[in-house]
Amino acid sequence: MQCPKCRAPMHTYNRNGVQIEQCSGCRGIFLDYGELESLTRLESQWSQPAPPAAPPVAPPAAPQAYPAAPQAPAWGAPHGGHYGHRRNKGFGHMLFSS
Amino acid sequence: MPAQLGSCAGIALCAHLPTEPAPSPHPRTLTSVTTDLLPALTAHATATAHARRGDRTHPGTGPCRCPAEPLVTGEDDTTVVRHATTVAKAHAPGTGPAHLALRVATAAALPGILLPPLSPAPVVLHGRLVTHWPYGVPVDPDDPDAAPWESAATLLARLHRTPPPLPVPPMRGPGKAAHAVARLRTAAPRHPATTPVLDAWAALPAWARGEAPTPDTATLCHGDFHLGQLIRHPAAGDSWLLIDVDDLGTGVPAWDLARPAAWYACGLLAPDEWHRFLTAYRAAGGPAVPSDGDPWATLDVPARALTAQTAARAVTKAAAAGRPLDEVERSLVDACARMGSVRASSPGP
Repeated sequence: MQCPKCRAPMHTYNRNGVQIEQCSGCRGIFLDYGELESLTRLESQWSQPAPPAAPPVAPPAAPQAYPAAPQAPAWGAPHGGHYGHRRNKGFGHMLFSS
Repeated sequence: MPAQLGSCAGIALCAHLPTEPAPSPHPRTLTSVTTDLLPALTAHATATAHARRGDRTHPGTGPCRCPAEPLVTGEDDTTVVRHATTVAKAHAPGTGPAHLALRVATAAALPGILLPPLSPAPVVLHGRLVTHWPYGVPVDPDDPDAAPWESAATLLARLHRTPPPLPVPPMRGPGKAAHAVARLRTAAPRHPATTPVLDAWAALPAWARGEAPTPDTATLCHGDFHLGQLIRHPAAGDSWLLIDVDDLGTGVPAWDLARPAAWYACGLLAPDEWHRFLTAYRAAGGPAVPSDGDPWATLDVPARALTAQTAARAVTKAAAAGRPLDEVERSLVDACARMGSVRASSPGP
């Protein structure tokens, strides 16, 4: 599948059970019907465990979903990438090889 | 059984050799090693283990029933055998004896940072240089979550801050990367992933490609740091030590941080782990990056080089096996492709 914007090939990733397509060139993300809703639902589940204390006066600051990531180079994977790879056999091996 | 080893790709697999033989990229060479060097090295490791006094786990009298464990590494033909608490390592063919002796002597001189050898001088066995080391417990390859990022960073910072105790040669990191890229060029010239990797490599400054002298000739570097280069040893109070001095020498210290940096940049290593590693390195006064602010001013070039090297190895292997790149391998090649649009910011010439 080609990116509708820049024509580079798109790669499919599975994130929390949601299939998303990401462009290897411009890193744009393509969502199928219903996938945005799925991701939004997952995100709200993620930020929900905040204690049900006093109702916030101001809108809550961007919750844990996007912690300040360490700096990365401009050629790096956008948003710091996807870290599901640590369980990946290939990456596990890479950690231990030249 | 986990095993210490060092050196290059294949080490982690070697730990499982008895049950799950590691595929060798050089079957022909492996055969010659197996039929020739390996028995000799095994006998040598056994004799060395038996000769060690004070090794309570292995008294030097009576018949020995503990198995010698061959741990054959790949890539550069380094061959390692363990017998009880003794490890004998046959270095890659072509290893220079004078340089290796200096590197091993450096390990002997920095016992709190590098694992000291059992004997300071390499010996020759079947035409190969052999060194002897105490066995230590490595990081468990099946449990990367237990990786001692802080200890690793602290050891590297201490190494980088230590003036070379001996006149060691330049570290071999850039040369090894150049070798991996040269292999890709000949082994898979028409693979679609080869072009972005070669382009990323070509954009690097000459020193990072091993084609010009290193801009830093004073800083002691490990030269091949990854998680397989750490072991824990009782003699060091069970703290972690760096092993494998084959590539040790003077150079740009950011090279030693660049593999984790590259994994992080490619989206493979979690921000938290990279943050722990970098913060510990800075806390220990490591000179490779500024003490605060943007570390990528110095990390950029080495991290690009190691991304290209790792991608080159991955594409070479995938092409040889006739299989497509997996998700991890693709993320390395994609990073190489993106490098083309962002110029390298280089320290030094």
